[in-house]
Amino acid sequence: MNDASPPLMKPPLPRILADRPEKMAARGVNIHYGDKHAIKDLSITIPDRAVSAFIGPSGCGKSTFLRALNRMNDTIPSCRMTGAITLDGRNINDPDVDPVQLRSHVGMVFQKPNPFPKSIFENVAYGPRIHGLCASKAELEQRVEESLKKAGLFGEVKDRLHQPGTGLSGGQQQRLCIARAIAVNPEVILMDEPCSALDPIATARIEELIDELRQNFCIVIVTHSMQQAARVSQLTAFFHLGTLVEFGDTDKIFTAPTDQRTQDYITGRYG
Amino acid sequence: MVLLVCSAVAVATTLGILASVLFESFVFFREVPLLSFLFGTQWAPTGSPAAFGILPLLAGTILITVIALITATPLGLFSAIYLSEYATPTLRKSLKPVLELLAGIPTVVLGFFAALTVAPFIRQVGTGLGLDVASESALAAGLVMGMMIVPLISSLSDDIINAVPQSLRDGSLAMGATPSETVKRVVLPAALPGIASAIMLAISRAIGETMIVVMAAGLAANLSFNPLAAVSTITVQIATLLVGDQEFDSDKTLSAFALGLVLFFFTLALNIAALRLVRKYRQHYE
Repeated sequence: MNDASPPLMKPPLPRILADRPEKMAARGVNIHYGDKHAIKDLSITIPDRAVSAFIGPSGCGKSTFLRALNRMNDTIPSCRMTGAITLDGRNINDPDVDPVQLRSHVGMVFQKPNPFPKSIFENVAYGPRIHGLCASKAELEQRVEESLKKAGLFGEVKDRLHQPGTGLSGGQQQRLCIARAIAVNPEVILMDEPCSALDPIATARIEELIDELRQNFCIVIVTHSMQQAARVSQLTAFFHLGTLVEFGDTDKIFTAPTDQRTQDYITGRYG
Repeated sequence: MVLLVCSAVAVATTLGILASVLFESFVFFREVPLLSFLFGTQWAPTGSPAAFGILPLLAGTILITVIALITATPLGLFSAIYLSEYATPTLRKSLKPVLELLAGIPTVVLGFFAALTVAPFIRQVGTGLGLDVASESALAAGLVMGMMIVPLISSLSDDIINAVPQSLRDGSLAMGATPSETVKRVVLPAALPGIASAIMLAISRAIGETMIVVMAAGLAANLSFNPLAAVSTITVQIATLLVGDQEFDSDKTLSAFALGLVLFFFTLALNIAALRLVRKYRQHYE
């Protein structure tokens, strides 16, 4: 996993990185799925308290790389990775890093809302409970309420906290999943196409939420929608065939990309 | 049309069986009062005077079923969890058929395994501990019956656990839950209604089982909840009452139909309860 430290080639520094500290970084990362070389020699620096969007055509490896950031790929037996990924400068694949602990610092929201078959309250309380974050019931209740508020869901569900989370609408379910992720106080939130199963109104709601959340979290979002990337992110990374083609300030990527492939993609020539 | 006839035949057969059982039971209850049948504590159909109290048989049936469940539920459920959550795909592919092989063993074979191996073993251990153990005991029959329903529970539960969407597991793991926390707090609760119905199915299978009990638990209709004593069950009595008899007119043979009727209501009630349970949890979880 963590062999020969890759050459320290710094990718070109986007403007936004100048005034924000680095949160996560990848150096010379290669990921294989069985025989498939899904990510090829990828290096990137992800800043804190900003939204970084990964865009690119289907199968370009953006979701695979996202899942490497909290080691969710560990759950797939045929998946192997080399190179280094760091969180606050520490290699997350070091033998003494527990993936279970890592994931409480790097949370994740999935493509399809996946609330647990429990009540709304229990969904949000799940993380704090397993990590033993709350000493008392009152403390737990407070944390659940705060998390739901941060996810902009509390007002809609405060009278039915003990009803099943699966009974909510798709957009509410996704905000519930975000509340659930927030409840363990992560530093980074990874979002894998969080709006692809939602209607435009629910999508707009989630996008607003993402914009609020970046005050407190480092957010990485994979999206198929270039408009969404343009709306919510400060940084955009364009992936193509397993390589990171271009990474920079969102406005620059969308108005003046330096690479022809990025240009072709954002103007809709393929993808 | 053919399809309609086929399903009509199946339904008609069921109704026919029910009608014949009802009719013969009716004849029986003209001879023996219903109340003394349901609440009698003596079962001696061939004695003089004959006694037809079902309670000893009911007790035996419940006792053996409970022993079987206590054996089979943890074994079946845990092996299902192991197979679906922890075993590597290759191991799972070879283990599951072996487990299902157990379901293919004829109950007669299990019966003499119970009578010739398990029962004497329990007796030896029991006497060693200074306990009074009958040579044929409810414990032996229950244990072997438990082995019989292990594959039923594990195979059904395994399918049900596998049907829990991967996205739920991912969601839990991504929260920083360990695999075992994920199983306990997310996967099992999600699979619970299905598992409950699998266990209900196993119960009706155990109640209806005859051969193992005939061979391992004896015929003595004792009103006892002592697992070390010999007991008898409803099914065993039906079998012994009717074997070899051609005339179905004495109280003795007719009582078999009354027993059959009780058994029928028993399993019917169980199935309805299982359905209710599943529906209730469905509402809760989906």
